Amino acid sequence: MQDVAIVGVGQSRFSRNCEMTIKELVFEAYKEAMDGLNMTNADIGASILCSSLYDNQRSAESPVAEYLGLNPQPTFLIENACAASSTGLRVAWSLIRSGLYRIVAVIGLEKMSGQTSREAAEMMGRAYDVTWESSFGLTMPGGYAIHARAHMAKYGTTEEQLAKVRVKNSFYSTKNPKATFKKQLGLEDILQSMPVASPLKMLDCCANADGASMMILARGDVARDIAKIPIWIAGLGSASNTGISRRTTFTSFTCAKRAAEEAYKMAGIGPDDINVAEVHDCFTIAEILAYEDLGFAERGEGPTLIEKKETYLEGRIPVNLDGGLLCKGHPIGATGGSQIRTIVQQLRGEAGEIQVKDAEIGLTHNIGGIGHYANVTVLRR
Amino acid sequence: MGFEKFGVVSHTKESKAADFVTYLEKGKVMAVSCKKCGAKYFPPQMDCPKCVHSETEWFEIKGRGKLVSYSIMNYGPSGFEDKAPYTLAVGEFEEGVKVFATLDRAIKEDEIKIGMPLKVVAVTLPGEKVSFELKAAG
Repeated sequence: MQDVAIVGVGQSRFSRNCEMTIKELVFEAYKEAMDGLNMTNADIGASILCSSLYDNQRSAESPVAEYLGLNPQPTFLIENACAASSTGLRVAWSLIRSGLYRIVAVIGLEKMSGQTSREAAEMMGRAYDVTWESSFGLTMPGGYAIHARAHMAKYGTTEEQLAKVRVKNSFYSTKNPKATFKKQLGLEDILQSMPVASPLKMLDCCANADGASMMILARGDVARDIAKIPIWIAGLGSASNTGISRRTTFTSFTCAKRAAEEAYKMAGIGPDDINVAEVHDCFTIAEILAYEDLGFAERGEGPTLIEKKETYLEGRIPVNLDGGLLCKGHPIGATGGSQIRTIVQQLRGEAGEIQVKDAEIGLTHNIGGIGHYANVTVLRR
Repeated sequence: MGFEKFGVVSHTKESKAADFVTYLEKGKVMAVSCKKCGAKYFPPQMDCPKCVHSETEWFEIKGRGKLVSYSIMNYGPSGFEDKAPYTLAVGEFEEGVKVFATLDRAIKEDEIKIGMPLKVVAVTLPGEKVSFELKAAG
């Protein structure tokens, strides 16, 4: 059976207010993804829109496909909260492996600026069980904070260690022209920011954003013809988890651990083989949990990894060198595709200032909800 | 009908588990167990996915629990604008279920300790609504 490669990646600038329509926003990502490819839009066999549709448009896949010139090819929507576009990648891989299509486009999209923070928090809050969880005023920060508090109680993790994740990611965000926030922050900035959901403060949290991402996947033989450097999908892992009341642990996302094991197994590698990673740092604690769930650190040792700067560019396993969700902003349906874009650029050797020397194998970790959905993807040059 | 009376913000009106709300009005917080396999469910559900059957029965969560984790919410979503600060918490009960709910406001911040003993109680909310809450157990 043919392998599947990523031939094109792109993203729009992520911002608090894009001042354009969702179709125009997606086009920004499309242009970048198609740049330099030996193909036209007519070669794309199907398109998958990945979004929670925070904007007014319902069934956005039709107007988006029309704007990108992707009719009459089939198009459909994937909703999987913040994990939508990595789920889109998984589905596109399957569509190509099945023999149905040679080339599939995976579009990530969210335009969140049409809503106030409270409205978006309420809408996001309805991504949990509306009967038993939303009714208590659960929010995304609240759910992650419950996991942070449990990690602190079990392992002695400190608020300062959490803040160091943001310090790192803000440092690298200054090198990413497409990030929403491009300002280097100090430890005190984070520790003194407004409390949101204890122990998390405002700067422990990512911000809602407008943004789009695009991935173009192709069958192996086709990929070699249309792209200079195809990046191969070596491993895919995916899993889900229950709501809050039925969790067996609050110091790990069991779905992320399972997805990672699956992806490593399929790729025939382990965590030590990863040269560069993008993980789902919607909150500072989320990056610490990711270190442990992915096996970059032993249980309870995630904080040590950031303390020792092992996840900086010069460290043992560089993580979120594009600023992460914390600084890029988190347009939820677009995030998974943006993570893949960063790793593809790394593996092509086109990452500029943040390039990890001789990066051969990269990983993305994309989470939906409060650890409800997880996709781990291993890419290889 | 029944569930429109539940919670600060009610997103659900109808449920086969609506008796849960009737029990709450009588001051009882109930969970469900499967008559066939004995599996216990909280939040309650009247269908057992383990044996794919719907023969379930109610039981009261009246034992002691302990605090698993919590967060003090300083910013609430729409519908909770005037509620913050409120504390969300998870308690693990000797009946074998975990309960996610608000933690009693009367517990001071420096008195909240993971592992502290808890009970779960029915509470009434403004506008003839009902809910349940975790409280410190003596």
